[in-house]
Amino acid sequence: MARVLGHRLFWPVAALLALVVLNAAVRPGFVRITVRDGHLYGALVDILRQSAPLMMVALGMTLVIATRGIDLSVGAVMAVSGAVALTFIDRSADPGALGTVLVAIAAGVAVGVVLGTWNGFLVTVFGVQPIVATLVLMLAGRGVALLITGGFITTVVSPPYKFVASGFLLGLPFALFLSAAAIAVVAIVQRRTALGLLTEAVGINPEASRLAGVRSQGIVFTAYVASGALAGLAGILYSSNIMAADANAAGEFIELYAILAVVLGRTSLLGGKFSIAGTAVGVLIIQTLQSTVLFLGVSSAQSPVFFAFVVVVVVVVQSPQLHRRLSRLSGRRRGRTAPPAQPATRDLEVSA
Amino acid sequence: MSPTNPPLQARPTQRDTVIEMSGITVQFPGVLALDGVDLRLRRGEVHALLGENGAGKSTLVKALTGVHGIDGGSIVVDGVDRTFSSTADAERAGIATVYQEVNLCPNLSVGENITLGHEPRRRGVIDWRGAHEAAVGHLRRFGLDLDPRSLLGGHPLAVRQLVAICRAMVLDANVLILDEPTSSLDRGEVERLFSAVRDLRDQGVAVVFISHFLDQVYEISDRITVLRNGRLVGEYTVDELPRAELVSRMIGRELAELEELGRTAAKPVDRTATPVLRASGLGRSRVIEPVDLDVYPGEVVGLAGLLGSGRTELARLLAGADTADAGTVEMHGRPVRLTTPRRAIRHGVAFSSEDRRGEGVVGDLTVAENILLGLQARRGWLRPLRRAERTAVVAEYIEALGVRPANPDMLVRNLSGGNQQKVLLGRWLATAPELLILDEPTRGIDVGAKADIQRKVADLAERGLSVLFISSELEEVLRLAQRILIMRDRRRIGLVESRETDVDGLVAVMAHTGRPATDTKEVR
Repeated sequence: MARVLGHRLFWPVAALLALVVLNAAVRPGFVRITVRDGHLYGALVDILRQSAPLMMVALGMTLVIATRGIDLSVGAVMAVSGAVALTFIDRSADPGALGTVLVAIAAGVAVGVVLGTWNGFLVTVFGVQPIVATLVLMLAGRGVALLITGGFITTVVSPPYKFVASGFLLGLPFALFLSAAAIAVVAIVQRRTALGLLTEAVGINPEASRLAGVRSQGIVFTAYVASGALAGLAGILYSSNIMAADANAAGEFIELYAILAVVLGRTSLLGGKFSIAGTAVGVLIIQTLQSTVLFLGVSSAQSPVFFAFVVVVVVVVQSPQLHRRLSRLSGRRRGRTAPPAQPATRDLEVSA
Repeated sequence: MSPTNPPLQARPTQRDTVIEMSGITVQFPGVLALDGVDLRLRRGEVHALLGENGAGKSTLVKALTGVHGIDGGSIVVDGVDRTFSSTADAERAGIATVYQEVNLCPNLSVGENITLGHEPRRRGVIDWRGAHEAAVGHLRRFGLDLDPRSLLGGHPLAVRQLVAICRAMVLDANVLILDEPTSSLDRGEVERLFSAVRDLRDQGVAVVFISHFLDQVYEISDRITVLRNGRLVGEYTVDELPRAELVSRMIGRELAELEELGRTAAKPVDRTATPVLRASGLGRSRVIEPVDLDVYPGEVVGLAGLLGSGRTELARLLAGADTADAGTVEMHGRPVRLTTPRRAIRHGVAFSSEDRRGEGVVGDLTVAENILLGLQARRGWLRPLRRAERTAVVAEYIEALGVRPANPDMLVRNLSGGNQQKVLLGRWLATAPELLILDEPTRGIDVGAKADIQRKVADLAERGLSVLFISSELEEVLRLAQRILIMRDRRRIGLVESRETDVDGLVAVMAHTGRPATDTKEVR
């Protein structure tokens, strides 16, 4: 029991389960999954399907945050990637051909890689603070997307492209496979190679890592490129879902939700130790919450307030300070002398 | 205040003593930073607080000003027993501090920085005009003609340092603590600072002066308190403590336990072979003047010199941590360019920094991960070590170096300094180096761990590894090294056979004032 309680992901998972239970209680059909035409349908399936773009973006964000950075440009990258893919399909001779769509997707992801490279370049080669470096693209990116679509919302008719976000494979939404694949690839690349260890080392102590021979700059650079590529893929998913390239609405505020997902998954914004599974749980918490807000019929003007309230509760429940206070309180109630309060981690420098 | 503890010199009257710290003990996790240290400050004196790195000077100052809590002893200020809970608290009692790292706000104006926290007010709002006028007055005392409205960050470090001192003086302090105030100043600025310090002293302020520049200490100080390894060595007047004496007191003698290790220096080294490392004219402008050095297979070369003598700077050049702009390096007779730590490691140079916490261990990683980091970085991320290899390597070094607790999954930051050092040694040995550079590997660690590490170094050299060993403890250097390179004022002074010298001989060379003080240009 203590091991379960002490697990890093105990509180995030508990919060997710609590949300599901809450929904199941007030929403009779919430956990029901029906089969229609061999496809699975239901609120849970929807949540998993809709979470795909945020999942991609949050995975990239996790890597960037682990290196002490942040990537604010992901939403804008999504817009550019969607614009590139749809414009390509729109102008092609045969929008419905599989080949066209594959090239379009590749182009969208490639644009993400290019933009990620730009971010990584600014951060590592020029030493621009990550928040500033990526802010540039966050502001400029949507302009670029508008330029590509010529200022219009490009819409296309292309069944294979629509399949990416809305299609089904083996009874499950295809987007779910993409999202699972992204999680698996990131987890394997980080944890089955030494990249995860080196990334964490750079995030915790960059100078010590450099002196230990770690190619810190390369690792930081890679994180931004990965974030860009994943945001590019997220842009494809988003535009495929609505079958339109909307430069203004694509990925709006998604950078903030991605940061939130990373934090909910217990990865510190100070960098260092990161958790892929934690981020995945964080994304699901956010998506479930959004679905709840929608169901409860909270007016769109009020829904951010509701959302914020739940997030505050989840974050506070995880706070170590609260746990310390609670344990002190419960110790007192049992009539024992409370253990001396741990002073906030004193980071003492022995110097003279 | 009872008139106990008469100082070495004349018995002061009660009015003379501003601050009396006695038996101060400060405990940090895993290390006793101060052990029963006394410090007595009198009105109208400049009191130098001296000791090598890790001696406890800054800790003592921070214990006085409320940055660190004290675990034992008492602090008496103007005859009243006190402890401060913060620097602000200490400032209210008239104790102002200028720390080594200038801690001002570069994004505020000069005037704002000087008056921050005690701005003159008129009818409840801050009187900025008055504040800036006051600031100008204080700046003039230093001969600084600055616009108080200019941003502090736009001024050079030296000016910022002087502004920090101005800020301290606005407080009308009766105790002013200057922690390494001159390290970023040139000679002219030092003069300006010293004349201001003399003014303050004549007005009855007690000034604590912490510095590594002994010339400056003798120039400005009235009395000297020497610390070593967190203990008080003694309190002296400047006249009764000649320079060589001071140096040997700062460096100290070794403990008997370590003496039993015996000298490996007696081991003969074959100097007809190709040197593992040959540096010719290796230097970096404004940091270290060109140095020549050969290290032969299985040889331990000691690097002796006071702090700031250039010993760490030389090590960093060899390790690729900083890049040399002059000279060449050969490894096994082949020219190499050690421009990054990565390259140096590939050529077999391993460097363990003196800053264990900042540049050594990765605190939030485990013991195992810290040991594997160097090896894994060398292999590249695409070639991860297999679990069996990892376990074997980690177990080997935990065992061989005696890391305690012998738990590979423990976070390194929870280990004591000595065990962190062993983990670092393990990290470097795992990369199979040909030259191991150890910068102060035994500083601030307990005697047992110190003996372990010395024994290990001797053992490694016996097996053919070449070592460059830097330490402030000369006994240690003499015992381990066959030859000792002596540095002073950022230049090589000489290379001696350790058989042919002893601590006093080394001290004499290290302390010798070969260069006029006016040349001391500091580059940090």
